[in-house]
Amino acid sequence: MRLFDSTCYRLSHGSAIGLLTAFLLASPGLQAYTIYVSSEKDNTITLVDGETYKILQKVEVGERPRGIALSKDGKVLYVCTSDADHIEVLDLETLKVTHVLPSGPDPELLVLGPEGRFIYVANEDDNMVTVVDTEKREMVKEIQVGVEPEGMAISTDGKWLVNTSETTNMAHFINLETLEVEDNVLVDQRPRVAQFTTDNKQVWVSSEIGGTVSVIDVTSRKIIKKIGFEIPGIQKESIQPVGIKHSQDGKLTFVALGPAARVAVIETGSLEVVKYLLVGQRVWNMDFSPDEKRIFTTNGVSNDMSVIDRERLKVKKSVQVGRMPWGIVVRP
Amino acid sequence: MLWATHLVDEVEPDDRLVILHDGKVMAQGSAAQIMEESGTESVKQAFNRLTKGEEATLLQYLRCLMGILAREALRFLHQRERFFGTLVRPLVWLFIFAAGFRSVLGVSIIPPYETYILYEEYIVPGLAAMILLFSGMQSSLSMVYDREMGSMRMLMVSPFPRWYLLFCKLIAGSLVSIAQVYLFLFIAWFWEVEPPMVGYLLVFPALLLSGLLLSSAIKQLENFAGVMNFVIFPMFFASSALYPLWRIKDSSVLLYDICRFNPFTHAVELIRFSLYGEINWIALFAVVGCLLLFMAGALYGYDPARGLMTRKQGG
Repeated sequence: MRLFDSTCYRLSHGSAIGLLTAFLLASPGLQAYTIYVSSEKDNTITLVDGETYKILQKVEVGERPRGIALSKDGKVLYVCTSDADHIEVLDLETLKVTHVLPSGPDPELLVLGPEGRFIYVANEDDNMVTVVDTEKREMVKEIQVGVEPEGMAISTDGKWLVNTSETTNMAHFINLETLEVEDNVLVDQRPRVAQFTTDNKQVWVSSEIGGTVSVIDVTSRKIIKKIGFEIPGIQKESIQPVGIKHSQDGKLTFVALGPAARVAVIETGSLEVVKYLLVGQRVWNMDFSPDEKRIFTTNGVSNDMSVIDRERLKVKKSVQVGRMPWGIVVRP
Repeated sequence: MLWATHLVDEVEPDDRLVILHDGKVMAQGSAAQIMEESGTESVKQAFNRLTKGEEATLLQYLRCLMGILAREALRFLHQRERFFGTLVRPLVWLFIFAAGFRSVLGVSIIPPYETYILYEEYIVPGLAAMILLFSGMQSSLSMVYDREMGSMRMLMVSPFPRWYLLFCKLIAGSLVSIAQVYLFLFIAWFWEVEPPMVGYLLVFPALLLSGLLLSSAIKQLENFAGVMNFVIFPMFFASSALYPLWRIKDSSVLLYDICRFNPFTHAVELIRFSLYGEINWIALFAVVGCLLLFMAGALYGYDPARGLMTRKQGG
């Protein structure tokens, strides 16, 4: 049935738009999805079609939008507008900012709790992690962490929040029940991004200046391995690991290498780098398509988004998406 | 002096001529007289009419083409070293030269590419065109060889017009070099230069057109024997084979213009676009236009009997 539907989709393409939409709605097999990209310099969220990679719309938001996250029900997008010092809530039906949430100064990255109600924000300027209640629209707590907090990761079992502080070079393990820092793990210089594996057993922390990704065992809080990167023809200083993304099946991990303009593909099990993929300049954040067949990257300096084919591990396309694209989220 | 020959091209209008066929005298007199009597415009036509009584049919034309193709294929089988030898050059460029310049590109996305590419990927179409260029040169040399070995004489005995024979030779030469290009693309595939499958199909007509263009251009140059090297290398370097034209424009606008009018650039771009499943119309028109021009020139200037005449007069 699915095959039939998609054939019809192709046949009707270009001839009858109405029919096409009818099929789109009728067929659950078709992966119609939208990609949301925050552009630091344009102060916009750019909507990109997940099939054609064409820009659908640009929505104005507050100053310097960076970290973005989808709400649990997928209806709103939380946007860290860093220079506006708050979080904006963008309704994805109307594409209007409905309200703002307090966040403390300079919010850069946020994560959503597994229950979907609380969001956790790193405030780069005042060394805090702020917990915000999205229902009551107020700050619940501020947790003191190291200097220049940045990366945020949350375990899906609701036990741990990990924050990294750029200057202290630590990954702070925050107990989600008590909201207290329970442990600190020293990693390489300037930790930027943290990410739990899908089984919540490890947390991966990328060190931008150190040029490594530390794999930390969650139970023992010990570093299992520091993954290093080597690309022929690229100077070591340019290899600055930032964004990390694990595939749901736990097989592959993608690490964005910033100015090296490469995404490293790592076998999650063996912790070995299997391939480097050439993308745009200063590649930062990434997200999967809902079927995980594609990975999208934001490339800050070349102002584009690269599309990676996960099966073949090849970069298919790079499309312009606005000035200094930073955060990226795919909505099914 | 009596001169017996099958090469009717050697005959001059004032020569006294006897045409023998099956032990019978078919005609005699001066060449002009025989042409007039048989109502033909050349000795060759007169010869054909008197000995066979008919012009070559379409089927015979086809058979001639197949014969020349078979001969070229046979030559390739006998000279495998040369076939693989010509592959070494582009492979050296791909494996060594390109490795050194790996990070040169990746700054901007140029059509037909849809994303950032490594230098290796960029130069593959240029190197494919390079194979065609140097094969064209070699097949041109092989014609000299043919002439010296007398196999060209055998061809000239055939009742087909010269232009057709030359055309067959050029097609045959191009097909052999296209086989080399495909082998090169196959090797490049393992070097992670993986164009879409449809590209491998689409590139065939592009290669044939470019191959014919380059070998007929070289045939032109052959008339000025010495300049070959002076022309072929600049033709290769002043093109988009090794670097995108916007790069050249950055350093010299004059050089950029030279590159833009270089037919080789268009051959490279035609191959590049079709390899990625697209058609570059400007390149296509430029290649077809130049091909017609050079082909006409090559056919006009093609005289297989050259060298033989002087020997005849000398002896």
